[in-house]
Amino acid sequence: MKIDGGRALIKALEMEGVETIFGLPGGAILPVYDPIIDSPIRHILVRHEQGAGHMAEGFAHVTGKPGVCMVTSGPAATNVVTPLCDAYMDSVPMVCITGQVPFSAIGTDAFQECDTIGITRSVTKHNELITEAQDIPLRVRQAFHLATTGRPGPVLLDVPKDIVDPKNPRSQLEWYWPTDDEVIASLPGYRPTTKGHPKMIRQAAELIVRAERPIIYAGGGILKARAAEALRELAELCDIHVVTTLMARGAFPDDHPLALGMPGMHGNYTAVTSMQRSDLLIALGTRFDDRVTGKVDAFAPEAKVIHVDIDPAELGKVRQPDVPIVGDCRLVIEELVAAVRDLLEGGATFPDRSEWKQRISGWQERYPLTYEQSEPGDPLKPQFVLERLRDNTPDDTIVVSGVGQHQMWTSQYWRFNHPYTWVNSGGLGTMGFAVPAAIGAKVGRPDRMVWAVDGDGCFQMTAQELVTAASERIPIKVAILNNAYLGMVRQWQEMFYDERYSEVYLSPDLPDYKLWAEAMGCVGMRVESPDEVDAAIQKANEIDDRPVVIDFRTDSREKVYPMVPAGMSNDDIVVDPAHGEGGR
Amino acid sequence: MTVPGTDVRHHTLVVLVENKAGVLARVASLFARRGFNIFSLAVAPTEDERFSRITIVVDVASAPLEQITKQLYKLVNVVKISELDPRDSVERELMLVTVRADVTARSQVIELVNLFEGRVVDVGHDELTVSIDGEPDRLDDVEALLRPFGIVELQRTGRVALPKLEHDAPSLRPVRRSA
Ligand SMILES: Cc1ncc(C[n+]2csc(CCOP(=O)(O)OP(=O)(O)O)c2C)c(N)n1
Ligand SMILES: [Mg+2]
Repeated sequence: MKIDGGRALIKALEMEGVETIFGLPGGAILPVYDPIIDSPIRHILVRHEQGAGHMAEGFAHVTGKPGVCMVTSGPAATNVVTPLCDAYMDSVPMVCITGQVPFSAIGTDAFQECDTIGITRSVTKHNELITEAQDIPLRVRQAFHLATTGRPGPVLLDVPKDIVDPKNPRSQLEWYWPTDDEVIASLPGYRPTTKGHPKMIRQAAELIVRAERPIIYAGGGILKARAAEALRELAELCDIHVVTTLMARGAFPDDHPLALGMPGMHGNYTAVTSMQRSDLLIALGTRFDDRVTGKVDAFAPEAKVIHVDIDPAELGKVRQPDVPIVGDCRLVIEELVAAVRDLLEGGATFPDRSEWKQRISGWQERYPLTYEQSEPGDPLKPQFVLERLRDNTPDDTIVVSGVGQHQMWTSQYWRFNHPYTWVNSGGLGTMGFAVPAAIGAKVGRPDRMVWAVDGDGCFQMTAQELVTAASERIPIKVAILNNAYLGMVRQWQEMFYDERYSEVYLSPDLPDYKLWAEAMGCVGMRVESPDEVDAAIQKANEIDDRPVVIDFRTDSREKVYPMVPAGMSNDDIVVDPAHGEGGR
Repeated sequence: MTVPGTDVRHHTLVVLVENKAGVLARVASLFARRGFNIFSLAVAPTEDERFSRITIVVDVASAPLEQITKQLYKLVNVVKISELDPRDSVERELMLVTVRADVTARSQVIELVNLFEGRVVDVGHDELTVSIDGEPDRLDDVEALLRPFGIVELQRTGRVALPKLEHDAPSLRPVRRSA
C-alpha cells in the first residue's frame, strides 16, 4: 500500500495504541496535522508547547503509557525542551514529535529551523532525525520501544517537512509495520537487563535476613516498574519499614504500619533518621539523589547497601553498593521475596528487631509533622488547607503539584494510599508543571478526581493551559496556595541570607486569581479564612463541567520543616522550632 | 612523559558504535555533559560497514572508568565497549610535522627521522614535512628531539589500538553492560 509520510506517521501512532496527542501545529508539521482530522486519535490543542510536554508527562505518570506530544519546528521545539528534560530526569515515558524544515534546507538557517536534535540530545533518552519517509514506521516503533522499556524516558523524532508532505515525491512510501523482532534487531546497542543476577539476589536475601536495623528505601522506579504490590509483599514478609522518596509517594500506602513517609531535605524526622541509623538500606528503583542523601559522606554511615535499579549506571554512581542488582524492580523484588522465603524455610530467622522498632516509634512520637494553627484574622496556614483538602476528597484522588514550599507540604501532609496518585516534578523541579500535568493526568484518568496544588509563582508560569482545559472540558481543580511570594526562595533567604529578601515578593492580588480563572472559562473562588475552606473545596468537588481554581490566601511567613540545609549531613536536620533542638 | 603501561590516568576504550550520522556527536556530548575528559579520540569505519570503531583515550582522573563506560552504554547506538590495557595492546598514532631545516640542519633532521623510521613527505625551501607513525610515547620522543630545530606545524591523529595477539592471557577485556 502506497501512503504518504504524514499519513504513515499518524497511522503508526494509531498502531502504537495512542489515543491522545497534546500539541500545537505550525508550518513544518502542517502535513502531519491534516490526517489528524480523519484519525480516531484525540488531539488536545494547547496554548503553549511547554504545556503539551507536561500534559504528556502527567498522562504518562498516571497511566504508565507513553505520553505523546507533537509540535512544529524552531520555537516550538525549543518550547518543549523543558518538559523533555523534566521527563528525562524523572524517567517518564514520552514520545515527542517535532516538525523540521525540509531535508534539503537543513543547515541553511531556514525560517524556523533550529538544531532540534543537537539541542535535545542531552535531555532525551534518544532522539532521531528521520531522513526518509520509508523509515517512518520503524522510527515510530523504535521510539515507543525505547521510551517504555529499560529505564523509561523521553524520545524525540524530528520530522523534515518534505518527507510528510503529500505534494512532495519524497513523502511516498510503501506502508509496512515492523515486527517486534525487527525493532529489536534494528537497535543492536539496546539490550536492557531486566532479570536480576541469581547470585546477587541470594546475597541480598542473606543480608536482609541478618540485618538488625534494615530500611527499605523505595524510589520512583517502583512505580515505573509497577512493583508496588511486590514491594508491599517484601516489606510485610520481612517486617521492614519503608521510606518513599518524593518520586515514590504512593508506591507504599501511607496508612500502612510500616510506612515512614518521605525522607530527604524536607522529609520527616523519622524517615531521615531511620535511614541514617540503619545497618542495611534496601534501595529499590532509586538513585541516591542529593536531596535524599544530604552530604553523601555522612549518609547512612553504618549501612550496607543493596541497590536494585534497571539502569546499571546508577549503581555505584553516588554510593558503592555492597550488593548491586541490575534489573526490573518488580522482577527483582519478586525474586528477592522468593529467596528470603527459601532462607526462612531452611531455618533462618530474623534477629530480634524490637529495640529498633521502638527507636522508630520513639522518633515518630517525638517528632511528628507539626505546625501552629493560625490566629483569628491571620492568613490561612498552608498545612491546614492541605489537611482539609486531603480530608474532603476521595482516597484515590490524583494530586499534582508545582515546585516550591507547596510541593513539599503536599508530599508531607497528603496520605498517599494508592500508587499513581501523586504527580510532581522531582528531578528538574520545574515551576509551572502542575496545571498542564494535571490536565494530562485527568485526560489519562477521567474517572478520577484530579487536584493540582500550585504555588502562586508556579501558577503564573503555565496558567494559560486552563484555557485548554476549559475549551476541552477537562475538569481539573487547582488549589493555589497563594503566599504572595516565591516562598521556597524566600525561606532560603530567611534562613541562609540573613532575612535579606531579594526579588521574591509577588503580591497576593496582582493578578486577581479569581478574575483570571473566570476569564479563562473556569470557576474562580477566593478563600481567606479557615471556616470557608471546607465549603469551597466541596463546591469545587461538585463541579464537573469545567476547571475550578481556588485562591487560598496563605501565610507567607510559614516555612517547610524539617529541613536538612543543602550540603549538610542528614544528622543536622532542623526540626520545627516547636520541637526544640533536633536530637539524634 | 610516561612509560607505556604505567600511565594510570589514561585508559583506552574501544567503542563499537552503529555507523550512523550523529553518533560521534552523541559520544562527544555525553563526555561534555558528564564532565568526562577525552585525552584523544580517533574514529574509523570497521571491517563491518554497519559499525564504526571509536578509540577514546579517557582521562580517568575526571571520573571513574566504570561510570564512563556505563554512561556510554546508555547511548542507544553504542554496541560494545572494550577496555584496552596498554600493556596488552598495540597502540599506534601518526604524526605529521613540518620542521625548520635549512641547508645546515637538513641532514641532521633527515638522519633523526630515519632513525625513527619516518619519511620525508614534502620538501620546501628551508622546511621539511615528515610523517612518522609509532607508539604514542615514541612520537612524544620524536617531537621533543625535533623541537630544537623549530617546529612550524604539527598534527597528530590520536591513537588507535588493537589487542596484542598473545597466546595465553586474553588481552581485550570486554566491559560488561551491567554490573
Ligand atoms: C522554572 C523555575 N524557575 C525557578 C525555580 C526556582 N524556584 C524553586 S521554588 C521557587 C518558588 C516557587 O514559588 P511558588 O510557586 O509561589 O511556590 P511556594 O514556594 O511559594 O509555595 C523558585 C523560584 C524553579 N524551580 N523553576
Ligand atoms: Mg508562593
